Amino acid sequence: MQPFTTLTGVAAPLDIMNVDTDMIIPKQYLKTIKRTGLGTGLFAEMRFNEDGSENPDFVLNKPAYRKAEILVAGDNFGCGSSREHAPWALLDFGIRCVISTSFADIFYNNCFKNGILPIKVSQEDLDKLMEDARRGANATMTVDLQAQEIHGPDGGVVKFDMDEFRKHLLLNGLDDIGLTMEKAPSIDTYESKAAKSRPWL
Amino acid sequence: MANSSAPRTLYDKIWDDHVVDTQPDGTCLLYIDRHLVHEVTSPQAFEGLRMTGRKVRAPEKTLAVVDHNVPTSDRSHGISDPEAATQVAALAENAREFGIEYFNELDKRQGVVHIIGPEQGFTLPGTTIVCGDSHTSTHGAFGALAHGIGTSEVEHVLATQTLIQSKAKNMRITVDGKLPAGVTAKDIILAIIGEIGTAGGTGHVMEYTGEAIRALSMEGRMTICNMSIEGGARAGLVAPDEKTYAYLMGRPKAPKGMAWDMAKAYWETLVTDEGAHFDREIRLDAANLPPIVTWGTSPEDVVSVAGVVPHADSGHTEQKKAAIARALDYMGLKGGEKMTDIKLDRVFIGSCTNGRIEDLRAVAKAVEGKKVASTVSAMIVPGSGLVKLQAEEEGLDKIFKAAGFDWREPGCSMCLAMNADKLAPGERCASTSNRNFEGRQGFKGRTHLVSPVMAAAAAIEGHFVDVRNWG
Repeated sequence: MQPFTTLTGVAAPLDIMNVDTDMIIPKQYLKTIKRTGLGTGLFAEMRFNEDGSENPDFVLNKPAYRKAEILVAGDNFGCGSSREHAPWALLDFGIRCVISTSFADIFYNNCFKNGILPIKVSQEDLDKLMEDARRGANATMTVDLQAQEIHGPDGGVVKFDMDEFRKHLLLNGLDDIGLTMEKAPSIDTYESKAAKSRPWL
Repeated sequence: MANSSAPRTLYDKIWDDHVVDTQPDGTCLLYIDRHLVHEVTSPQAFEGLRMTGRKVRAPEKTLAVVDHNVPTSDRSHGISDPEAATQVAALAENAREFGIEYFNELDKRQGVVHIIGPEQGFTLPGTTIVCGDSHTSTHGAFGALAHGIGTSEVEHVLATQTLIQSKAKNMRITVDGKLPAGVTAKDIILAIIGEIGTAGGTGHVMEYTGEAIRALSMEGRMTICNMSIEGGARAGLVAPDEKTYAYLMGRPKAPKGMAWDMAKAYWETLVTDEGAHFDREIRLDAANLPPIVTWGTSPEDVVSVAGVVPHADSGHTEQKKAAIARALDYMGLKGGEKMTDIKLDRVFIGSCTNGRIEDLRAVAKAVEGKKVASTVSAMIVPGSGLVKLQAEEEGLDKIFKAAGFDWREPGCSMCLAMNADKLAPGERCASTSNRNFEGRQGFKGRTHLVSPVMAAAAAIEGHFVDVRNWG
């Protein structure tokens, strides 16, 4: 997994509440057996018309945002299904950071497994960042995970909270399966205890 | 270790019994008793194991089934969609290579993963259950801590039989009173989601309790827990009771003999202690609930069937007003329209929310001797091969066919429309499934979520009807 330390890039405004994972990556893209190549399906039903042509009104089709690396979105981003294809699609498109007032639990979790940083901010801060994002390609933001800060184009700084353990994994790009496997003795001990107390399992 | 003398919730108890390791910051390694696997969210996880040379730690605690992608037409001659066929073949091969029990598309035990877990007795009270599917919350109806995970976590569970977790908060939803005739478990959960919103349960595990929950069958409790995720909760829970034990006894993978007695003694301790702390409490009176229909593109967009479509300016914030306007436009509806005036093109009965035998019985009772409206195409997709067989033994299929319903093979089908079952652009559907998101049942398709009996009545009349005074 690619570590996430700092990111400076264009932020795209997606001012919609409850952006669900069906919107992020529609089901026709879930038939793959790979993790890569899903960027073409990102927001497909909003990005493309029925005939496959681009919808020029959709934010990521506008010249200023075609190379966006940060998404600023409305409340409850990523609700719905557990499909990890949603963060895979964001990553494949080039988006490595999503900022919102809240995220659905499973999507939030899935981001960290893929080197994507989801940042929760207050409504007031979100409104400000959304305004910044609307300024287009000339208004880049810098996200500093170590310092837990977002630096806006006009020098403003928004602080954010982050779980220490998740931060550690993301900063170092660590594979958590490898970390857990180091705890195999604890898992063995648990299993032998459980085999006595709940032998029917 | 938790202080065993402090009163604990049902969630606290299951959690405490599964903690393998706790880090100084409170992050835990949680043991997973049961892992369900399906074809769409697992191929990349198995590929990850292969690339790192890892094995499945506990194949006997893992059960695989195909459900999302399979056609619901006759599949004895194979699957014609090449991508779906590849995914199905990949699961068969992965199950074989890693030694996991697997129900293929022709197995009579095949079905929607959340229907077959309980059916096989794989789902048991007090267990931790995960699956790469958000509707894993269904299994909470048995007093199991069950939730959806992403593919990286599927790989983590396959490799280690554990998950890295932080403990969620406790939320209790008490549903008092008795449900009126024509009002069902589906209406209870839609009402709850309408009340708290789709982010209302974020970061919480919801325990459902109260007279109306106790009165529900296991099927009804599964419907409620199933849609906990639509309320944002990671998991839903109902404490096990005699109904739970009666449902499980004799199931193929449920404990037998002395093991059953021992298990039952443990299961009986799985109740929230008097005085246990809940971070949030919600109360609802079942007696006041109407049959509910969603009007918009979020499961929180609910209204009584006797009500009207809301106006965009009814939103409390600018964001909410914009969301309502967007949903009305997508759904092709105007504020103020009566719900019972909304005409339908399609009806879908099935899914992990409402594809169980009790749901099909309710539909059969409602449609017996009647005909599906000529303007409507209606399909019934049983939740599993065993549900299908049971329905056919009871002669329900004959009632459905005589009424003009299409009686299909089991699978997820038009709940998420990954297979050929989907809405055409602009088509409007009454659906017993769980999500009415834009495009969920097909590009530009319009979904209204309802109970099975409401879907059945809508199929017959060609528009929504209030089932409290219909029939």
